[in-house]
Amino acid sequence: MAYQWDFSPVLANAPLLVEGLVNTLRITGTALVFGVALGLGLALLRLSPRRYLSWPAGFVIEVFRTTPPLVQLFWFFFAMPILVGIEMTPFMAGAVTFSIQSASFFAEVFRAGIQSIERGQWDGARALGMRHDQAMRRIILPQAVKRMIPAFMERAIELMKTTTLIATISYADLLFAANEVSQKTFRPLETYTVVALIYFVVIFLASQVARLVELRLARSGESTVH
Amino acid sequence: MTILKVSGLTKRFGTTDVLRGIDLEVARGERIAILGASGSGKSTLLRCLNFMERPGGGTIALDGQMLGREGKAGERTYRESELIQVRQRVGMVFQQFNLFPHMTAIGNVMEGLRTVRGMPKPEAEARARKELARVGLAEKADTYPAHLSGGQKQRVAIARALAMDPEMLLFDEPTSALDPELVGEVLAVILALAEEGRTMLLVTHELGFAYHVATRVIFLADGAIHEQGTPDEVLKNPKKDRTRAFLASHKQFSF
Repeated sequence: MAYQWDFSPVLANAPLLVEGLVNTLRITGTALVFGVALGLGLALLRLSPRRYLSWPAGFVIEVFRTTPPLVQLFWFFFAMPILVGIEMTPFMAGAVTFSIQSASFFAEVFRAGIQSIERGQWDGARALGMRHDQAMRRIILPQAVKRMIPAFMERAIELMKTTTLIATISYADLLFAANEVSQKTFRPLETYTVVALIYFVVIFLASQVARLVELRLARSGESTVH
Repeated sequence: MTILKVSGLTKRFGTTDVLRGIDLEVARGERIAILGASGSGKSTLLRCLNFMERPGGGTIALDGQMLGREGKAGERTYRESELIQVRQRVGMVFQQFNLFPHMTAIGNVMEGLRTVRGMPKPEAEARARKELARVGLAEKADTYPAHLSGGQKQRVAIARALAMDPEMLLFDEPTSALDPELVGEVLAVILALAEEGRTMLLVTHELGFAYHVATRVIFLADGAIHEQGTPDEVLKNPKKDRTRAFLASHKQFSF
């Protein structure tokens, strides 16, 4: 006997889902912005020849790469108020967790990108009298970033999916809204099908945009793949 | 009129002594061709002169000014800021060009002026155009390196070095990565610079070119100067056996 699909109760709750999607995009966007910035910082520290800079950076990266994000989230949300008296809203706890967590992955993407640039590029920059930071900013990073775009996109997609964990600390993201809708309508199959579709469309569109950007960059001189 | 004075320069990579005490004095306007088999230390010598490699021992004085300072254990220590000054005064052209692929030809030539000198854009652009014209590539200003031939790339790299007004130019096998038919255009540019009276050190395998352009030829072997003199002395009447053997192997198939 076939299951009778009925999407109308779910669609009637569309405003809830839209609100959830907006919140998901907010937490993803926040974590992405801070994660990329922090990730670049961590990568530069990690690549430093000074051990007192590279080791702590390596430690942070490894800890956040090797522990489950859900544990990290709980730790920031539940442990911080007890340990240091910092009370955080679910959004803040999520933003902090996912920023650092994605930063540790972005750091590795940055590091691989920077290290993939030939030594000759450093030589060319240094021979003009550039300082290390000038060579990094003007010569190495612009080329590295181009090569990083595919890996970068992969991490961003991963991040968006990871943010669903924030529903566990009662932040009204898309997954949280889905939970609510499915309990209200007794239509879990339809609800989660719609939610999966929303995630698919958003991520698919984003990766198409990334591909366009990649193509445009490839046209200006060097491509991302050699 | 000495611009560069090198004394007892040594360099070691791991357990290999690449340079074993080089003494070299370069006068302004001199053009020195450095020859030697691969592994003789010629590229390392050149790279030590603008501190792309830190010398292991010995001293380097630029324009009468001794670089670095004596450390505790007798070794010399160099401040990065001092070396950055030196590199601005001593230009370098590489075998592999090392152009910046994400910048156009003119962008490459402007880069040092803008980032290192802090020159305003219109001024830097005018200067870069002048240098590109000098190497015969005025019309390629807006082309990315990926769309230039090897010879054109090397000429852009020369323009890039010239834009910084170097007092001395180092060429590290500038034609070795080029297809044979592209060697001539690069050598012509270097020859034109020689005729302007520029000071240059040139590591090369082009013996004929070295003969015509150099005022002095140095033959390196095992990290030391084995023989040196005028092009006629070293290339036509070498006194040492190893120099003779090297020249013979290079002329094996000439007629």
